[in-house]
Amino acid sequence: MAKMPERAKISVLSRRSLLISAAAAALSPLLAYAASRDTQTPERSKEFEEAFASLTGGAKPVAHDIAVDLPELADNGNFVPITITVESPMTDADHVKTIHILSTLNPRAHVATFQLSPINAVARIQSRMRLAKTQDVVVLAELSTGEMLMSTTHVKVTIGGCGD
Amino acid sequence: MAARNPRFRLPKNAKVGDVIEVKTLIMHPMETGNRHDKYGKLIPRDIITTFVAKYDGSQVFRAEFGTGISANPYVSFKMRVPGPGVFEFAWTDEHGIKTVATAPLILI
Repeated sequence: MAKMPERAKISVLSRRSLLISAAAAALSPLLAYAASRDTQTPERSKEFEEAFASLTGGAKPVAHDIAVDLPELADNGNFVPITITVESPMTDADHVKTIHILSTLNPRAHVATFQLSPINAVARIQSRMRLAKTQDVVVLAELSTGEMLMSTTHVKVTIGGCGD
Repeated sequence: MAARNPRFRLPKNAKVGDVIEVKTLIMHPMETGNRHDKYGKLIPRDIITTFVAKYDGSQVFRAEFGTGISANPYVSFKMRVPGPGVFEFAWTDEHGIKTVATAPLILI
């Protein structure tokens, strides 16, 4: 009879440790998910990487003379106003030819392409875009000189656009 | 769904040589093809893919839209007024259906 309490104690301990490990196992995906949401370098879709590579042709775009105005926090991802201004003389020799908007995490990476010419005089366009979730928006501007400009803007999205 | 009610805003007191802003909008759902209706059926993709602005017959601006552009696509762009002329705005959806609006630019 002296052995009974000892055996009971062992069984209680093992059940407790079992419960703890079960709880930890259930929580770990949640913790990993929470950690991934907080990372400073957000993930980018494969489609974005492909679209980016095909537009830049492997060249490294420079981040100057291009201003992208997007809200820091978008309440509604269905309607996110975007204003793009490129500092350019817009002459025959030196003007903005095309502006591309790429999303890093929408179901489709290519959002829009705009074609400009010297008659525009000022390289400034406005539109409204969809954002499925919090992500970076990448804007590329192709100049007639062959140079490629880039701007990356992080937008936090409260309610995502792009459907389900 | 067909595009309807194309709208645009042109300045009322532009002069030759001025840089003006042209704002355009058209009513269209820009269905992404990712949404489901209330019975769980996928709603097919239906978007406007191209917008072209011409002034006196020559292209001054062109936009290609993907599904990432909001419903009722709005676009604005700048232009230096070369002289009196007529704008032609044309929106084309992915089935090739074209909606055209024209307007003269009134100069002072």
